[in-house]
Amino acid sequence: MNHSIPSGGFFDNEGKPAWLAWLTTTDHKRIGLLYFYSLTVFFLVGVILGLLMRLELINPGKDLVEAQTYNGLFTLHGVIMIFLFVIPGVPAVFGNIALPLLLGARDVAFPKLNLLSWYLYIGGAILALSTLLVGDGPPDTGWTFYAPYSVKTGTNVSMAVLAAFILGFSSILTGLNFLTTIHRMRCPGMSWFKMPLFAWALYATSWIQLLATPVVGITLLMIVVERWLGIGLFDPALGGDPVLYQHLFWIYSHPAVYIMILPGMGVISEIMPTFSRRRIFGYKAIAYSSLAIAFIGYFVWGHHMFTSGMSGPARIIFSILTFLVAIPSAIKVFNWLATMYGGSIDMKPPMLYALGFIFLFLIGGLTGLVNGALATDVHIHDTYFVVGHFHYVMFGGTGFAFFAALHYWFPKIYGRMYDVKAATRAFWVLFTGFNVLYFPMLVVGMMGMPRRYYDYLPQFHLPNLISTVGSWITVAGLIYMIVVLVKGYRKGATASANPWDGLTLDWQTDSPPSKENFDTIPTVTEGPYEYK
Amino acid sequence: MENHKHHIVEYLTNLYVWVGLAVLTIVTIWVSEFDLKMLTVAVALGVATVKAVLVLMYFMHLKFDSKILTVMVIVTLIVFLSMIVFTFFDYTFRA
Ligand code: HEM
Repeated sequence: MNHSIPSGGFFDNEGKPAWLAWLTTTDHKRIGLLYFYSLTVFFLVGVILGLLMRLELINPGKDLVEAQTYNGLFTLHGVIMIFLFVIPGVPAVFGNIALPLLLGARDVAFPKLNLLSWYLYIGGAILALSTLLVGDGPPDTGWTFYAPYSVKTGTNVSMAVLAAFILGFSSILTGLNFLTTIHRMRCPGMSWFKMPLFAWALYATSWIQLLATPVVGITLLMIVVERWLGIGLFDPALGGDPVLYQHLFWIYSHPAVYIMILPGMGVISEIMPTFSRRRIFGYKAIAYSSLAIAFIGYFVWGHHMFTSGMSGPARIIFSILTFLVAIPSAIKVFNWLATMYGGSIDMKPPMLYALGFIFLFLIGGLTGLVNGALATDVHIHDTYFVVGHFHYVMFGGTGFAFFAALHYWFPKIYGRMYDVKAATRAFWVLFTGFNVLYFPMLVVGMMGMPRRYYDYLPQFHLPNLISTVGSWITVAGLIYMIVVLVKGYRKGATASANPWDGLTLDWQTDSPPSKENFDTIPTVTEGPYEYK
Repeated sequence: MENHKHHIVEYLTNLYVWVGLAVLTIVTIWVSEFDLKMLTVAVALGVATVKAVLVLMYFMHLKFDSKILTVMVIVTLIVFLSMIVFTFFDYTFRA
């Protein structure tokens, strides 16, 4: 058993003081870890805010916080979880760490730009969090900043919006970096269709980051212009159109949900063949479906606006397009299940989280169809059904994929192994807690409870009580998982270079990898999942 | 990669393109004298698009570079255009 923190491979500071070596690093693995540690902090802050909201909602009436404080809580919770955790999430952490390894490259195409992305991320994050401390209180608009309210409220909206603007830059730069890396830095022999599927997923994601993020940047600036200069863009009183804001916001933010989910799907496509010991079923179908999701994903934003007064034909078109996205998503799920069929499945923690992902994402996806259908959406729009739905896709989907990736690449990153049995137990606590927390939200939403209120009618009490208890179990599961991983980091047994018997290039180098990743750049002769 | 990295555009070609751009700018100004009603914006954007294509092809070397870059630009334009078209499905048909 080891008793010191990992120091070999890329953890070697080469004589520099540790803080300097880390803050000036251009090594993709270190930058990935910088993202990982900062993201974890923000995620935990977001979780604490979520816990506080659930505590307030344990009984009808005021229990803990005032209505206005509650408005600030869900806004900040949403902003942190979306912009600081789930959008950068898998690509910034595991894309950075794993992409060059998977491609057989020494680093990403633009290492310095990569570091700049992290600094922009931190700058945006600090600005977002300081809305708490300065000015007239945290924004109370919800994470969507809908106009005209966001233009009129006295709270700190401009600062939050600028924060989101800066975070967008960070995202664009990461996308640009990965695109160039994938085009230019694949090792000899790695043709497009010999590329691991996580790289395909990142490729599709990067295109969305590059093409959709500028739209939200401009939109958010338009809010600032309207607030500061009184130019009527969105406020009807000034001759603006509030629905235009919703269009512009969702033109970005809907593709952004694919920025969240596609890399997660890529992680699952890596884990499935490794832990089923089988060649992935339908490699090309999975690769193409990533591109299809990215492409169709641009044209479905209107489904967030079915009740906003948008024209009838537009509603019908957006509803039809929304149903189209379900097809490539379902192709992926089918292929993962088909990969397991007849394989020798090994229920290690990464696989458990991957299966958890499929289960929760299915619930999230199917409830998504209820939202996407025009008639049913009118009933459940802005109710807790929607809150249940998006936690199932974002937390149950992307969040669990993030944890899957963490348990999968942990031994590669640190060269240590966590306690597999304890990690399995932590998974079950988290998985149980998750469903107890969010399933009642779907039910109470169907019953008609609206979202974004600190109070509710007495008939909604029981599901809310159950949900709050679920939040405690969920947090217990998260803490347990973190304790297991930290123990593994500090004292875990030394992990071999390839503890899961993976076939992709990341497993063909040391754990932790050296700064240069590979002694000699590998040459690839066959596909990434050729299990015999 | 297989790009023609060292392609050098002749001075004369650049000059022609530059003259073309200048002429198109004059066209834009000249055409603004007429009242084209519905078509005003369409004409202005049309001329601007031709100019942008010239710049992309010659000054930004798209014409001489690997075809994949052209494909990327076209996909980007399709996405951008679709965003506008879909938004106008709302505005055009609103009651
Ligand atoms: C223990 C974990 C969590 C708890 C207890 C929790 C709880 C909640 C609750 C109760 C609301 C609804 C507030 C309302 O409408 O009145 C909410 C909203 C939200 N949550 Fe979570 N959540 C958790 C984790 C997450 C995660 C991991 C994400 C994203 C990956 C997330 C994203 C959001 C978003 C975007 C909203 C909407 C905010 C808004 O209405 O503007 N949450 N959360």
